Amino acid sequence: MRERDVPQEGNATLGGHRKAVYAVADDGRVRMVTSRGWEVEEIVTRQAVEDLDRLAREARQRALAGLTSPLEVHMYRARMDVALLAQTTGLWRWRIRRHFRPPVFARLSPRLRRRYADALGLSLEALGRID
Amino acid sequence: MPPFVHAHASHCESGVMASLSRHHGLALSEAMAFGLGAAIFFAYLPFMRINGLPLIAYRIQPRAIIKRLNRDLGLGMRFEKFRSPAQGTRRLDELLDAGHLVGLQTSVYWLPYFPPDLRFHFNAHNLLVYGREGDDYLLSDPVVETVVRCPRADLEKARFAKGLLAPHGLLYYATGTAAAPDWAKLGKRALKRAADTMLRTPLPFIGIRGIGMLARRVERLAEGDAARMYIGNIVRMQEEIGTGGAGFRFLYASFLQELAALTGYRPLEALAARLVEIGDRWREFALAAARMIRRRDPFDAPALAARLRGLAADEKKFFGELDAAQRAWAC
Repeated sequence: MRERDVPQEGNATLGGHRKAVYAVADDGRVRMVTSRGWEVEEIVTRQAVEDLDRLAREARQRALAGLTSPLEVHMYRARMDVALLAQTTGLWRWRIRRHFRPPVFARLSPRLRRRYADALGLSLEALGRID
Repeated sequence: MPPFVHAHASHCESGVMASLSRHHGLALSEAMAFGLGAAIFFAYLPFMRINGLPLIAYRIQPRAIIKRLNRDLGLGMRFEKFRSPAQGTRRLDELLDAGHLVGLQTSVYWLPYFPPDLRFHFNAHNLLVYGREGDDYLLSDPVVETVVRCPRADLEKARFAKGLLAPHGLLYYATGTAAAPDWAKLGKRALKRAADTMLRTPLPFIGIRGIGMLARRVERLAEGDAARMYIGNIVRMQEEIGTGGAGFRFLYASFLQELAALTGYRPLEALAARLVEIGDRWREFALAAARMIRRRDPFDAPALAARLRGLAADEKKFFGELDAAQRAWAC
C-alpha cells in the first residue's frame, strides 16, 4: 500500500479516532501513517455490531411477550453470550438459561441479582427493567 | 526518570514495548519491537471462539513480544497477577506512586474511551499507565492518538474481565535500563524464529499450513448469513484497529527495512518489498470478502479460498527466502 493510497474514508465505527497504519512512502520506506479508516473495516465491524444488536432486539421482543427475562436482553446488550456470561459470573450455563425464564428471574435472590448486575455493568434497578 | 512520552502505534503490544523501552533508555520503533519479538504469525484456531466465531491470529500469542524483548534488552520486567480486583488496584497505585510506568493487560469492552463500535470482549489488549489523578488513571494506549484518562472503576473492570485470554489483572513494569544490543545477532535470531514458526510448527493450524486449513474451511461455506459472518470475522481479525492493516504484514516489512538500515544487511530490503506486495494481497482478500458481505458481489466461497491458497503459497515462498537470508547472514 502506497502512502497516498491509505484510505481516509471517515469510517464511522472509529468514532472520530484515527488509527495508525503502515504504508510505503515515495522514498520506498514503509512508515506509519494515520488513517481515518477504510470502508472495508467499517463493513465488517458494522456487521458484527448489527448481529449483536439483532440478538438484543429479538430478545427484547420475547421479553415484552413474557417469553424471556430482562437478563437475556441485557446479556446481548453487553455483547455477551451465555458462555461468556457464565465465565464472568462464575455460574453454570444451565443456571443462566434457567434464569431466562421470567418466573424464575422474578424470584431471583438479591445476591444473584447483584452478581448479574456487576457482570453486566448495570445497577440492580436497571437489571430488572428493559426500555 | 524523564517524563513519559506517548506514541501512537498500530498494534498494542509492540506499541507498549516501544514506549516502555524508550522510557527505560533505549529508543525503539514499534516496527523494531514487533520484529525483534518475532511477532509475525498466522493461526486458525477453531477451538477458541469469541461470540461463536473462531479466533484467527496474525500475530504471536499475547505477552510473547514483551517476554522476548525483556530477555533480549535486559529490561528486568516483573509480572504480577492478582486474585482479587481490590489487591490488583492497590498494587497498581503503589507502583504508580513509586514512579513506575506500568503496563496492563485489559479487555477493550470496559474501556470508556474506546469507540462504542469497537468495544468487544477481547481480553488481550495492552496499555500503559503513567500516573493517576484523583479517581482517574492517566493512560497511554498505543492505539489511541493521544493520552487518555480512565476512571478507576472502569479500569478495574477491564483488568479483571473474564473469558477467553482473561487478564487476571496482569500488570508489568521494568526494573532495569535497556542497553543497546547487538542488532545483527538479535535480528538474525528473530528472523530465524519467525521463519521457523511460519514454516515448521508441527501443528496443522499454525503458520502456512494454518492458512491452507482456513482456505479449506472457507471453501465449504454455503451461502447465507452465517457464512457472511464467518468471512467478516476473518477480515475483522485482519484489518480492525490494532493491526496496522493486512494482518501486520506492512508492519513487519517496516521492521525488515529498519533492520537492514541498522545492520547494513541488504538482502532484507528486497524481502521487505516482497512482503509489502503480500500485504496488498491480504487487503485484496479483505476487499473481496467485504463486497460479498454487502452483496455487491455474489457470494463465492471457492474464489475466497483460492485467494487464501495463493496467499499461503506466497508466504511459503517469502518465509523460505527469509530463512535462507537469515542463514546466509554471517554475524
